[in-house]
Amino acid sequence: MSISILGARVIDPSSGLDTITDLHLENGRIVALGAAPAGFNASRTIQADGLVAAPGLVDLDVSLREPGYSRKGNIASETRAAVAGGVTSLCCPPQTRPVLDTSAVAELVLDRAREAGNSKVYPIGALTKGLEGEQLAELVALRDTGCVAFGNGLKEIPNNRTLARALEYAATFDLTVVFHSQDRDLSHGGLAHEGAMASFLGLPGIPESAETVALSRNLLLVEQTGVRAHFTQITSARGARLIAQAQELGLPVTADVALYQLILTDEALRDFSSLYHVQPPLRTAADRDGLRAAVKSGVIQAISSHHQPHERDAKLAPFGATEPGISSVELLLPLAMTLVEDGLLDLPTLLARLTAGPAQALRLPAGELKVSGAADLVLFDPKASTVAGEQWLSRGENCPFIGHCLPSAVRYTLVDGHVCHEA
Amino acid sequence: MTPFDAKRPLQLNDQGQLRHFLSLDGLPRELLTEILDTADSFLEVGARAVKKVPLLRGKTVCNVFFENSTRTRTTFELAAQRLSADVISLNVSTSSTSKGETLFDTLRNLEAMAADMFVVRHSDSGAAHFIAEHVCPDVAVINGGDGRHAHPTQGMLDMLTIRRHKGSFENLSVAIVGDILHSRVARSDMLALKALGCPDIRVIGPKTLIPVGIEQYGVKVYTDLAEGLKDVDVVIMLRLQRERMAGGLLPSEGEFYRLFGLTTARLAGAKPDAIVMHPGPINRGVEIESAVADGQHSVILNQVTYGIAVRMAVLSMAMSGQNAQRLLDLENAL
Amino acid sequence: MSLPNPAELIRQMAVDLRAHLARRAIAEPRFIGIRTGGVWVAQALQQELADTSPLGTLDVSFYRDDFSQNGLHPQVRPSELPFEVEGQHLVLVDDVLMSGRTIRAALNELFDYGRPASVTLVCLLDLDAGELPIRPNVLGATLSLAAHERVKLTGPAPLALERQDLATASAL
Repeated sequence: MSISILGARVIDPSSGLDTITDLHLENGRIVALGAAPAGFNASRTIQADGLVAAPGLVDLDVSLREPGYSRKGNIASETRAAVAGGVTSLCCPPQTRPVLDTSAVAELVLDRAREAGNSKVYPIGALTKGLEGEQLAELVALRDTGCVAFGNGLKEIPNNRTLARALEYAATFDLTVVFHSQDRDLSHGGLAHEGAMASFLGLPGIPESAETVALSRNLLLVEQTGVRAHFTQITSARGARLIAQAQELGLPVTADVALYQLILTDEALRDFSSLYHVQPPLRTAADRDGLRAAVKSGVIQAISSHHQPHERDAKLAPFGATEPGISSVELLLPLAMTLVEDGLLDLPTLLARLTAGPAQALRLPAGELKVSGAADLVLFDPKASTVAGEQWLSRGENCPFIGHCLPSAVRYTLVDGHVCHEA
Repeated sequence: MTPFDAKRPLQLNDQGQLRHFLSLDGLPRELLTEILDTADSFLEVGARAVKKVPLLRGKTVCNVFFENSTRTRTTFELAAQRLSADVISLNVSTSSTSKGETLFDTLRNLEAMAADMFVVRHSDSGAAHFIAEHVCPDVAVINGGDGRHAHPTQGMLDMLTIRRHKGSFENLSVAIVGDILHSRVARSDMLALKALGCPDIRVIGPKTLIPVGIEQYGVKVYTDLAEGLKDVDVVIMLRLQRERMAGGLLPSEGEFYRLFGLTTARLAGAKPDAIVMHPGPINRGVEIESAVADGQHSVILNQVTYGIAVRMAVLSMAMSGQNAQRLLDLENAL
Repeated sequence: MSLPNPAELIRQMAVDLRAHLARRAIAEPRFIGIRTGGVWVAQALQQELADTSPLGTLDVSFYRDDFSQNGLHPQVRPSELPFEVEGQHLVLVDDVLMSGRTIRAALNELFDYGRPASVTLVCLLDLDAGELPIRPNVLGATLSLAAHERVKLTGPAPLALERQDLATASAL
């Protein structure tokens, strides 16, 4: 299949390219930028005037809910939702059922992803067996099956010695460890950020120190073991500063933030709406501003959706009895464009945080547009808008942005040169 | 101004009348005063031979208590009965929900059985809001206490107690003592006092029991009981639960009593005509000395009587507001 | 048609009431006014009769039969009956008798206090629009109004009658 995409503004943050030109794709690869190669016969031509062509978005945290949580979603439905949001490569976390701690489960996920034919899936394997935090999982076997990094899901490893050894083991093989920093005991029973809003609503709080204490410990162990570390789901300004300090020391540390943490604060909880029940929790406006600054400066080089689809029942109960999570991967691009609309980032920088930044953090073969590279692209209209929820592909409707009018609209998403999504 | 200026259209109908009673947050002073005035009338009813009025005759009030409470449930039952309503009380810990039926389904089933009003007590903050918003928007929901968030009828009966014994709120000094962090009563009291114009509201307790951001309620924080009780007109003592020791918030009941227990000696620092209140049940020797609980300053038993009147007021106002909204909706549909 | 003068009516009502009570051999009845207009009329009547016994006030808000339609009246105030109802002869006073439902509500409420020996009904005006079989024992005057008109007693001093047009919700 050969495709010519004519007249788009092509932006490739990794190379700094930002120009109006043509793209020619063949056999799943980009064969030319600009003039078509000799003898090139496009079987399909896309007139892309007014559209932006960027590398397909790379989302480092998308829960596909398969195996094990079929009421919430499956690989086919959630990867389909992902391409609608412009995502061509995604990482799924290990907290499936069974946990992604054996090659068999990793293979299952990769097979299903291939069958679905939507975004490419790069699994994050479990660091410990069953995510129990005690015994190491077979990291090398998992790597060989296709896991690109290792983490302990949303659960802390409470035993420091176990954690240190796990990091040392991973460092032996140059494996990246993904850290989710929330101290188990400080966050115990907590439902919301420990601040004025949670106190007013009578919700048990999770103090900022739950993140910073765990983060500090993790950073010290990273320094000691030399492991490559990616810190996911940062929620506090203080946390972002700790990451910045570690980076200044020269530690191999990268970070991402959930897109909704750059937009929402704990004010959203005011009416006890379970749609805003997330873990780790939404924090204060000052934290949001600190995170935005860190994204702008590049200390946080990746923005992810932290996609967590749920069945209706999971959210249809009093706040404390609901399951945390927002389903939003299919809005990743338009929702992220609000950051450009706000004036926080210019378009190339935003795209960097959604493509090259995440790809580089986990060393994924994605996030760039170059000749002879994979034809994973998103074409979007920056002047159009998306009414969230008009069409909804994810199994999880738990998204507080449904009904909102968001800037830009994804027109085409291509994975390996196939149009997986068209609007 | 209540913190976060939370307007609660959920609780009010299009004419600003009560249709649910979920929390005191955002309710205008006039409405709170109306509740107190209506309660005064019901107190008079309670003093008669026949303590019933026919206001809710033919209506069914369901008390759905997911959290055990004999006293609150009993006063709500009495209040509904004195309004001539048919009353059903469900202690859900022993029934369908423990069989796995969700809160949502339990209440929908009750609504289908033509309940006209729910009184709900639940251990999750926000439960009453959830029910009013998502489960049965046309059935009046009265919050009998949700988690740590609110206990609005207790707040109002505390205000009625203060008004009847002290007149007005204008020059009053009120102290709330104990476990503020976990107390829905404290939160409702603070909101009510602020809305009714009390200029000096104090909370007294150790830092571990005072929530972050308490300043938003417009109160002063004291960690020393003697200092906090100086010249106050009203002392509201809160219950201390055993679990607090297990959670590492306090070392022992003994130490708490020594530092924050209301004894006759400590009370002497308040105004000579100060009144002592407690939402009950009281823990003698833990937060309050027996002599004080039974003494001449104590209005704790009166609170129970006022509680029935306040609940009668709230039940009838909410039913009235729901009826009014129904009529408005019918008119608008025409 | 001009409206009567309440003071004149009350003078005649006092005479009629005295006669009625004498016929029934009722010596020391207790007066109860239905808030608010009935209370004013009762006070004026007591003054005319030189009766100094304590006056009871009744608020019938909790006994009205239109709760489902009209809800709770926002200015509910407690009823106050500073005497025993049980076995007592009562004089129940209201300003304007229209459908009769207020009187029914008042009777229901009184019986929740106790069982009176008798109830004598005194009204300043009867609009002859009864929906229930209720007649006053002592009446000031009958008045016929158009469907869109109402009459209101203002007071307490001086007592005056005011006609109101529902359509414009203003005094005519």
